[in-house]
Amino acid sequence: MAAVTAAADEDARRWHEACVAAALFALDPAGTGVVLRAGAGPARDAWLLLTESLLPRAAPRRRIPLHVTDSRLLGGLDLAATLRAGRPIAERGILASADGGVVLLAMAERLSAAAAARITCVLDTGELVVEREGFASRRATRFGVIALDEGAEADERPPAALLERLALHLDIEALPLAALAAPSPLLKAQVEAARARARHSAADAAGIELLCQVALALGIGSARAPSLALNVARAAAALQGRDRLAEEDLTCAARLVLAPRATRMPAPPQSPEAPPERSETQDSSQPAPPGESSAAAAAAHALEDRVLEATTTALPAGLLAALKAGAASVAASAGAGRRGVAQRSRLRGRPLGAQPGDPAGGARLNVIETLRAAAPWQRLRGRRASGARVQVLREDFRVTRFKERTPTTTIFVVDASGSSALHRLGEAKGAVELLLADCYVRRDRVALIAFRGRGAQLLLPPTRSLVRAKRSLAGLPGGGGTPLASGIDAARELADTLRRRGETPVVVLLTDGQANVARNGQGGRAAAEADALQAARLLRALRTSVVLLDTAPQPLPRAARIALEMGARYLPLPHADARTLAAAVRGLAGAREAAAREVS
Amino acid sequence: MAFPFSAIVGQDETRLALLVAAVDPGIGGVLLFGDRGTGKSTAVRALAQLLPPMRAVAKCRYGCDAKDTGRLCEDCRARRRKGALRSVQVPVPVVDLPLGATEDRIVGALDLERALAGGKKVFEPGLLARANRGFLYVDEVNLLEDHLVDLLLDVAASGENIVEREGLSVRHPARFVLIGSGNPEEGELRPQLLDRFGLSVEIRTPEDLPTRVEVVRRRDEFERAPREFQAKWAAEEARLREQLATAHASLAQVSVPQSVLEAAARLCMHLGTDGLRGELTLVRVARALAALEGTRAVDNSHLRRMAAPALRHRLRRNPLEEAGSGTRIERALLELFGP
Repeated sequence: MAAVTAAADEDARRWHEACVAAALFALDPAGTGVVLRAGAGPARDAWLLLTESLLPRAAPRRRIPLHVTDSRLLGGLDLAATLRAGRPIAERGILASADGGVVLLAMAERLSAAAAARITCVLDTGELVVEREGFASRRATRFGVIALDEGAEADERPPAALLERLALHLDIEALPLAALAAPSPLLKAQVEAARARARHSAADAAGIELLCQVALALGIGSARAPSLALNVARAAAALQGRDRLAEEDLTCAARLVLAPRATRMPAPPQSPEAPPERSETQDSSQPAPPGESSAAAAAAHALEDRVLEATTTALPAGLLAALKAGAASVAASAGAGRRGVAQRSRLRGRPLGAQPGDPAGGARLNVIETLRAAAPWQRLRGRRASGARVQVLREDFRVTRFKERTPTTTIFVVDASGSSALHRLGEAKGAVELLLADCYVRRDRVALIAFRGRGAQLLLPPTRSLVRAKRSLAGLPGGGGTPLASGIDAARELADTLRRRGETPVVVLLTDGQANVARNGQGGRAAAEADALQAARLLRALRTSVVLLDTAPQPLPRAARIALEMGARYLPLPHADARTLAAAVRGLAGAREAAAREVS
Repeated sequence: MAFPFSAIVGQDETRLALLVAAVDPGIGGVLLFGDRGTGKSTAVRALAQLLPPMRAVAKCRYGCDAKDTGRLCEDCRARRRKGALRSVQVPVPVVDLPLGATEDRIVGALDLERALAGGKKVFEPGLLARANRGFLYVDEVNLLEDHLVDLLLDVAASGENIVEREGLSVRHPARFVLIGSGNPEEGELRPQLLDRFGLSVEIRTPEDLPTRVEVVRRRDEFERAPREFQAKWAAEEARLREQLATAHASLAQVSVPQSVLEAAARLCMHLGTDGLRGELTLVRVARALAALEGTRAVDNSHLRRMAAPALRHRLRRNPLEEAGSGTRIERALLELFGP
């Protein structure tokens, strides 16, 4: 019972914090910004409604859909108006029209890095520079961003460049309805009162230093984080009608801005000897008189400890566990290296310039190039009775060419069992290393699964970091049974996930095919082989490219049969060294490369 | 209104690389690659305000230099046949190439308005024309579309923009210093593009508290009162501008002794850099640094300080090598020149 109340209290607290964050954002949209992690649902709707009510009525609100084109986002040529007027008419983009207001990014976790960069550039410079379709413009543009993050998995997050620039990271995922208490009506009055007051202009040297200290203690590298935290602290002070930063304001900012960005646990605050960075500060940036300095420093430390402690309790629960386990890279690498969404349509991809052609068959008309092609002939063609000011004929049509590139991830599945390990594991490792270098050149990502003993293990989730791949490979121990079925299953699951994200998985399985551990972890050759064959058939159903490298010294028909069942290329390599193995897989990759589409 | 260059905290390598490129534009571009929130774009935008003005032919769309008669655009050549060219003082252009820019705006294209309205075929110059004799800045250069990158490379290498489209046939000078910045996590740069940059700077987040506090404090001060902040740094900016102008003027007089040439060659051989470009850049950069510091001759200390930015992107890449190229250069410097 106590646990239930505690959980309910925790939910209520999270909701309350989200409401405060909404007020802080409404006070200074351009200086803060929000990432709201929550699926579509009552919690998110309630939060958005609240924010909406707190924002000034006159501020424009613009919602940006996921697949917004550059011409809508940034502005460009207004086709209808141009044809009517017979001269180029510019169209204002969404970002320009959002000046002084708020931009809402739907499904930000699927936003491409390139689209995010267009928005972050405006956030950074406070200026929208457009050089498109015959127009050049530059105008001051400031807006606040609310990024809706509906990511389901831990690594499904908005582009890191965007996260970095948004101050408030809120997570109201899975808040129960019961927790969504109506926010106090006082909040709106508070926000309006704070907005009416002039913004205070104190320098807040101590506050800045404190926020930098906390950021450092939490392992936050970017200098933007403390800057954003400072904006939030000022908004918090304004909300309370203060014109100097108080401890609560700094704590609030540290909890909302710094805690979600933490990449490491701070050193325990009660530690008797001060960590080196603190003593440094004392030396260089506290020119207080000597008598007072130690007392002042002690007070500053106590304050820092209190803020840090309050912040630590706000660290996300999952992160805390991960950090404690020493996997400090979780937060840093989340979102990095992930890009792109399914790009199967012929209409998407990177534009590659224009060429003459019919806008039929799904090709997209490039308006500006078409008009340019038509322009020189206008006088010749004359003005017809149709009333149109511009005569565009079929031969003027220009279509945009797109180049699609779906990211490829090569999944290495390595048999590290006793039977393989004895002679071949070293060579298999060598081959994988050589292939890694290949993947690097092609900018592919790699993932590594190993199976031995009772089951399979994902040693390395998809990554571009070859150093990490190499390290996890080098640390791979060998020995034990051969749970081949589990290995194939793990590869299938990963390939399926990647496929769903619109990426192209390629599976490279290195084994001798001597399965002797079944899916349930029990030994027994017959059951193990039946399981392996079944797993192979399931993998085949995914229709992904698979290559099986038989690493047995004397190839037996078993591995060949498994390859057949999973529709894999089978390469028996009894005497192959690492180089030959790599060359064999390279052949496969080459065939795939040739098949890579270039739609025109 | 941009943050003053002299108020940037830390980031010594970035500042030095940008200044050196401003002293000798022939160095061939600067690449700033590094962590987020380290002020890469701030530094470039600050540079724009710092540069001493230059003289250019009045009303020339390409900002031609009247003294450099070999590189005049067609318009200026026509003007020159009619009489002497009149020059005016203009700021050095620092042109931002925004993401999402279309090809027609970069290379220039048919002026639509005049074509549609008057049926006239007139060339409308693009960003490359505007960047002539100045800087072209590409933020998030690794996110730029490939076909645009190819285009930039081609023009940067030849110093001339040739436009053949829509029945237009135009060529105009486009000599600019390419400055790119980006975050390696968003994607790597193609090796061909890497090699075009004369200098490559790796930017890291400062780890010590006083520096970080100062970064945030100055940023905050600037954002709250930009005009006052600029006024506060005006004297320092003027001094730096003066230093740049002096260095630019004295560059030709700085001598490079044989021993320095040999040292540069030894270093490049030791590191196994591909081609001669690295060596040439290293010597050139060392000379610009000497000019910036007001010395008359280059010595090994100049080489040492510029070795990392001039060479780190030219080392043969081994993707599995854990030590960064910076460390390798550091090691080579120690072996060749001692501590």
